[in-house]
Amino acid sequence: MRLSAPPLVCREAVELMSDYLEGSLSRRDRKRLEKHLVDCPHCSMYLDQMRATIAASGAIHPEDLDPQTLDDLTELFRQFRGDADQG
Amino acid sequence: MDDAELLRRLLGGDEKAFTELVVRYNPTLIRVALYYVNNQASAEDVAQDTWIAVLRGIDRFEGRSSFKTWLFHILVNRARSTGTREHRSIPIDPTSNESSVAANRFDDGGTWRVPPEPFTDAIDSAVSNEKIVRLVHESIARLPEPQQAVVTLRDVEGLSTMEVAALLELSEANVRVILHRGRARVRNNVEMEMTGGGS
Repeated sequence: MRLSAPPLVCREAVELMSDYLEGSLSRRDRKRLEKHLVDCPHCSMYLDQMRATIAASGAIHPEDLDPQTLDDLTELFRQFRGDADQG
Repeated sequence: MDDAELLRRLLGGDEKAFTELVVRYNPTLIRVALYYVNNQASAEDVAQDTWIAVLRGIDRFEGRSSFKTWLFHILVNRARSTGTREHRSIPIDPTSNESSVAANRFDDGGTWRVPPEPFTDAIDSAVSNEKIVRLVHESIARLPEPQQAVVTLRDVEGLSTMEVAALLELSEANVRVILHRGRARVRNNVEMEMTGGGS
Protein backbone atom coordinates (compact mmCIF):
# COMPACT_ATOMS: atom_id res chain seq x y z
CA MET A 1 0.00 0.00 0.00
CA ARG A 2 1.22 3.45 -0.84
CA LEU A 3 0.89 6.23 1.65
CA SER A 4 -0.45 9.41 0.13
CA ALA A 5 2.04 12.27 0.13
CA PRO A 6 1.63 14.82 2.91
CA PRO A 7 0.21 18.15 1.70
CA LEU A 8 2.63 20.98 1.05
CA VAL A 9 2.81 24.17 3.06
CA CYS A 10 3.57 27.49 1.33
CA ARG A 11 7.17 27.61 2.55
CA GLU A 12 7.80 24.27 0.79
CA ALA A 13 5.73 25.14 -2.27
CA VAL A 14 7.86 28.17 -3.22
CA GLU A 15 10.95 25.97 -3.30
CA LEU A 16 9.38 23.81 -6.01
CA MET A 17 8.23 26.57 -8.37
CA SER A 18 11.31 26.87 -10.58
CA ASP A 19 11.56 23.09 -11.09
CA TYR A 20 7.83 23.01 -11.77
CA LEU A 21 8.27 25.54 -14.57
CA GLU A 22 11.26 23.57 -15.87
CA GLY A 23 9.08 20.46 -15.99
CA SER A 24 11.58 18.62 -13.83
CA LEU A 25 9.51 17.81 -10.75
CA SER A 26 8.67 14.21 -10.00
CA ARG A 27 5.08 13.29 -10.76
CA ARG A 28 4.40 13.07 -7.04
CA ASP A 29 5.75 16.54 -6.26
CA ARG A 30 4.02 18.02 -9.28
CA LYS A 31 0.68 16.68 -8.05
CA ARG A 32 1.34 17.94 -4.52
CA LEU A 33 2.20 21.40 -5.82
CA GLU A 34 -0.78 21.58 -8.17
CA LYS A 35 -3.07 20.54 -5.36
CA HIS A 36 -1.62 23.25 -3.13
CA LEU A 37 -1.94 25.90 -5.87
CA VAL A 38 -5.67 25.24 -6.28
CA ASP A 39 -6.27 26.33 -2.70
CA CYS A 40 -3.58 28.97 -2.28
CA PRO A 41 -3.99 32.31 -4.09
CA HIS A 42 -0.72 33.62 -2.60
CA CYS A 43 1.38 30.78 -3.96
CA SER A 44 -0.47 31.08 -7.28
CA MET A 45 0.54 34.72 -7.39
CA TYR A 46 4.13 33.78 -6.55
CA LEU A 47 4.11 31.33 -9.45
CA ASP A 48 2.68 33.96 -11.83
CA GLN A 49 5.40 36.36 -10.73
CA MET A 50 8.06 33.73 -11.29
CA ARG A 51 6.68 33.15 -14.81
CA ALA A 52 6.61 36.90 -15.47
CA THR A 53 10.18 37.26 -14.22
CA ILE A 54 11.39 34.54 -16.58
CA ALA A 55 9.45 36.01 -19.52
CA ALA A 56 10.90 39.46 -18.81
CA SER A 57 14.42 37.96 -18.64
CA GLY A 58 14.03 36.77 -22.21
CA ALA A 59 12.52 40.02 -23.45
CA ILE A 60 14.91 41.96 -25.66
CA HIS A 61 16.75 44.51 -23.62
CA PRO A 62 19.75 45.78 -25.52
CA GLU A 63 22.00 47.07 -22.81
CA ASP A 64 23.90 50.14 -23.71
CA LEU A 65 27.20 48.99 -25.00
CA ASP A 66 30.12 51.14 -23.99
CA PRO A 67 30.85 53.18 -27.18
CA GLN A 68 34.58 52.60 -26.71
CA THR A 69 34.07 48.84 -26.79
CA LEU A 70 32.02 49.10 -29.94
CA ASP A 71 34.66 51.34 -31.55
CA ASP A 72 37.45 48.94 -30.56
CA LEU A 73 35.61 45.96 -31.99
CA THR A 74 34.65 47.80 -35.17
CA GLU A 75 38.31 48.73 -35.64
CA LEU A 76 39.24 45.11 -35.10
CA PHE A 77 36.75 44.06 -37.74
CA ARG A 78 38.20 46.55 -40.26
CA GLN A 79 41.74 45.37 -39.58
CA PHE A 80 40.63 41.83 -39.98
CA ARG A 81 38.89 42.57 -43.28
CA GLY A 82 41.96 44.45 -44.47
CA ASP A 83 44.23 41.50 -43.68
CA ALA A 84 41.82 39.11 -45.33
CA ASP A 85 41.64 41.22 -48.49
CA GLN A 86 45.43 41.40 -48.74
CA GLY A 87 45.92 37.74 -47.98
CA MET B 1 17.02 40.05 -38.12
CA ASP B 2 17.91 36.61 -36.78
CA ASP B 3 21.41 35.32 -36.06
CA ALA B 4 21.54 33.14 -39.17
CA GLU B 5 20.86 36.14 -41.41
CA LEU B 6 23.41 38.29 -39.56
CA LEU B 7 25.93 35.51 -39.94
CA ARG B 8 25.27 35.25 -43.67
CA ARG B 9 25.87 38.99 -44.00
CA LEU B 10 28.97 38.82 -41.83
CA LEU B 11 30.41 36.18 -44.14
CA GLY B 12 29.86 38.65 -46.96
CA GLY B 13 31.94 41.22 -45.02
CA ASP B 14 29.08 43.33 -43.70
CA GLU B 15 30.39 45.48 -40.84
CA LYS B 16 26.89 46.33 -39.60
CA ALA B 17 26.09 42.65 -39.18
CA PHE B 18 29.18 42.32 -37.00
CA THR B 19 28.33 45.29 -34.79
CA GLU B 20 24.75 44.03 -34.46
CA LEU B 21 26.05 40.69 -33.13
CA VAL B 22 28.39 42.52 -30.76
CA VAL B 23 25.55 44.67 -29.41
CA ARG B 24 23.39 41.58 -29.03
CA TYR B 25 25.87 39.29 -27.31
CA ASN B 26 28.75 41.20 -25.76
CA PRO B 27 26.94 41.84 -22.42
CA THR B 28 26.20 38.11 -22.09
CA LEU B 29 29.79 37.20 -22.98
CA ILE B 30 31.07 39.47 -20.22
CA ARG B 31 28.64 38.11 -17.64
CA VAL B 32 29.46 34.51 -18.36
CA ALA B 33 33.19 35.27 -18.43
CA LEU B 34 32.87 36.76 -14.94
CA TYR B 35 32.07 33.29 -13.67
CA TYR B 36 35.64 32.27 -14.53
CA VAL B 37 37.90 35.31 -14.34
CA ASN B 38 39.04 37.75 -11.68
CA ASN B 39 37.46 41.02 -12.69
CA GLN B 40 35.50 43.09 -15.20
CA ALA B 41 38.58 44.16 -17.18
CA SER B 42 39.64 40.57 -17.58
CA ALA B 43 36.11 39.56 -18.65
CA GLU B 44 36.06 42.34 -21.25
CA ASP B 45 39.38 41.10 -22.66
CA VAL B 46 38.03 37.56 -22.88
CA ALA B 47 34.93 38.84 -24.70
CA GLN B 48 37.11 40.74 -27.17
CA ASP B 49 39.30 37.66 -27.79
CA THR B 50 36.12 35.73 -28.42
CA TRP B 51 35.11 38.12 -31.20
CA ILE B 52 38.56 37.79 -32.77
CA ALA B 53 38.14 34.02 -32.70
CA VAL B 54 34.70 34.41 -34.30
CA LEU B 55 36.16 36.48 -37.14
CA ARG B 56 38.94 33.96 -37.63
CA GLY B 57 36.71 30.92 -37.49
CA ILE B 58 33.54 32.12 -39.17
CA ASP B 59 34.43 30.54 -42.53
CA ARG B 60 34.68 27.19 -40.84
CA PHE B 61 31.47 27.49 -38.82
CA GLU B 62 29.29 24.76 -40.25
CA GLY B 63 26.03 25.58 -38.57
CA ARG B 64 25.71 22.20 -36.85
CA SER B 65 24.98 24.08 -33.65
CA SER B 66 23.38 27.49 -33.42
CA PHE B 67 25.65 30.50 -33.71
CA LYS B 68 24.85 31.29 -30.08
CA THR B 69 26.03 27.90 -28.82
CA TRP B 70 29.19 28.11 -30.91
CA LEU B 71 29.89 31.62 -29.64
CA PHE B 72 29.38 30.65 -25.98
CA HIS B 73 31.65 27.62 -26.36
CA ILE B 74 34.46 29.81 -27.69
CA LEU B 75 33.89 32.24 -24.81
CA VAL B 76 33.87 29.58 -22.09
CA ASN B 77 37.05 27.92 -23.40
CA ARG B 78 38.85 31.23 -23.36
CA ALA B 79 37.46 32.35 -20.02
CA ARG B 80 38.40 29.03 -18.46
CA SER B 81 42.04 29.31 -19.63
CA THR B 82 42.24 32.91 -18.43
CA GLY B 83 40.77 31.93 -15.06
CA THR B 84 43.36 29.17 -14.71
CA ARG B 85 46.16 31.63 -15.49
CA GLU B 86 44.73 33.99 -12.89
CA HIS B 87 44.60 31.14 -10.35
CA ARG B 88 40.96 31.84 -9.81
CA SER B 89 38.82 29.15 -8.29
CA ILE B 90 35.37 28.77 -9.73
CA PRO B 91 32.80 30.25 -7.34
CA ILE B 92 30.21 28.03 -5.73
CA ASP B 93 26.73 29.27 -5.03
CA PRO B 94 27.01 31.46 -1.91
CA THR B 95 23.32 31.20 -1.12
CA SER B 96 22.82 27.46 -1.39
CA ASN B 97 21.55 27.26 2.18
CA GLU B 98 19.20 30.21 1.89
CA SER B 99 15.48 29.80 1.39
CA SER B 100 13.81 31.37 -1.65
CA VAL B 101 11.68 33.67 0.44
CA ALA B 102 12.69 35.27 3.77
CA ALA B 103 11.69 32.91 6.58
CA ASN B 104 9.88 35.67 8.48
CA ARG B 105 7.32 35.94 5.70
CA PHE B 106 5.86 32.59 6.81
CA ASP B 107 4.20 31.69 10.10
CA ASP B 108 5.34 28.78 12.24
CA GLY B 109 3.22 26.38 10.22
CA GLY B 110 4.85 27.50 6.94
CA THR B 111 1.87 29.49 5.63
CA TRP B 112 2.34 32.98 4.19
CA ARG B 113 2.24 35.62 6.91
CA VAL B 114 3.39 38.39 4.52
CA PRO B 115 2.17 37.15 1.12
CA PRO B 116 3.68 38.19 -2.23
CA GLU B 117 2.86 41.77 -3.18
CA PRO B 118 1.42 42.23 -6.67
CA PHE B 119 4.05 43.71 -9.06
CA THR B 120 1.39 45.19 -11.25
CA ASP B 121 -2.32 44.89 -12.02
CA ALA B 122 -1.48 43.18 -15.30
CA ILE B 123 1.07 40.50 -14.53
CA ASP B 124 0.33 38.73 -17.83
CA SER B 125 1.76 41.66 -19.73
CA ALA B 126 4.95 41.93 -17.68
CA VAL B 127 6.98 41.43 -20.85
CA SER B 128 5.61 44.66 -22.28
CA ASN B 129 6.07 46.48 -18.98
CA GLU B 130 9.33 48.33 -19.53
CA LYS B 131 9.88 48.94 -15.85
CA ILE B 132 9.63 45.25 -15.00
CA VAL B 133 11.89 44.25 -17.88
CA ARG B 134 14.46 46.82 -16.79
CA LEU B 135 14.28 45.75 -13.14
CA VAL B 136 14.64 42.09 -14.06
CA HIS B 137 17.72 42.77 -16.17
CA GLU B 138 19.28 44.96 -13.47
CA SER B 139 18.59 42.29 -10.87
CA ILE B 140 20.22 39.60 -13.00
CA ALA B 141 23.30 41.80 -13.40
CA ARG B 142 23.57 41.94 -9.60
CA LEU B 143 23.26 38.20 -8.97
CA PRO B 144 26.26 36.48 -7.46
CA GLU B 145 28.07 33.92 -9.60
CA PRO B 146 27.28 31.24 -10.59
CA GLN B 147 23.65 32.40 -10.51
CA GLN B 148 24.37 35.22 -12.94
CA ALA B 149 25.92 32.94 -15.55
CA VAL B 150 23.20 30.30 -15.22
CA VAL B 151 20.22 32.69 -15.27
CA THR B 152 21.74 34.63 -18.19
CA LEU B 153 22.29 31.52 -20.29
CA ARG B 154 19.00 29.83 -19.42
CA ASP B 155 16.48 32.68 -19.09
CA VAL B 156 18.01 35.56 -21.03
CA GLU B 157 19.54 33.57 -23.90
CA GLY B 158 17.10 30.66 -23.79
CA LEU B 159 19.60 27.79 -23.80
CA SER B 160 18.24 24.50 -22.46
CA THR B 161 19.22 23.31 -19.00
CA MET B 162 21.21 20.54 -20.70
CA GLU B 163 23.12 23.04 -22.85
CA VAL B 164 23.88 25.23 -19.84
CA ALA B 165 25.11 22.21 -17.89
CA ALA B 166 27.38 21.10 -20.75
CA LEU B 167 28.75 24.59 -21.28
CA LEU B 168 29.54 25.29 -17.63
CA GLU B 169 30.50 21.68 -16.83
CA LEU B 170 27.89 21.39 -14.10
CA SER B 171 25.36 18.63 -13.55
CA GLU B 172 21.85 19.35 -14.76
CA ALA B 173 20.59 18.96 -11.19
CA ASN B 174 23.08 21.55 -10.04
CA VAL B 175 22.05 23.94 -12.83
CA ARG B 176 18.42 23.60 -11.74
CA VAL B 177 19.24 24.40 -8.12
CA ILE B 178 21.33 27.44 -9.07
CA LEU B 179 18.62 28.59 -11.49
CA HIS B 180 16.01 28.25 -8.79
CA ARG B 181 18.01 30.41 -6.35
CA GLY B 182 18.75 33.02 -8.98
CA ARG B 183 15.16 33.28 -10.19
CA ALA B 184 13.85 33.55 -6.62
CA ARG B 185 16.31 36.34 -5.91
CA VAL B 186 15.32 38.24 -9.06
CA ARG B 187 11.61 37.88 -8.21
CA ASN B 188 12.22 39.14 -4.66
CA ASN B 189 14.12 42.09 -5.98
CA VAL B 190 11.43 43.06 -8.49
CA GLU B 191 8.76 42.72 -5.81
CA MET B 192 10.73 44.99 -3.51
CA GLU B 193 11.32 47.63 -6.19
CA MET B 194 7.81 47.54 -7.62
CA THR B 195 6.10 47.84 -4.28
CA GLY B 196 8.41 50.38 -2.73
CA GLY B 197 9.38 47.93 0.00
CA GLY B 198 13.05 48.31 -0.82
CA SER B 199 15.34 50.46 1.18
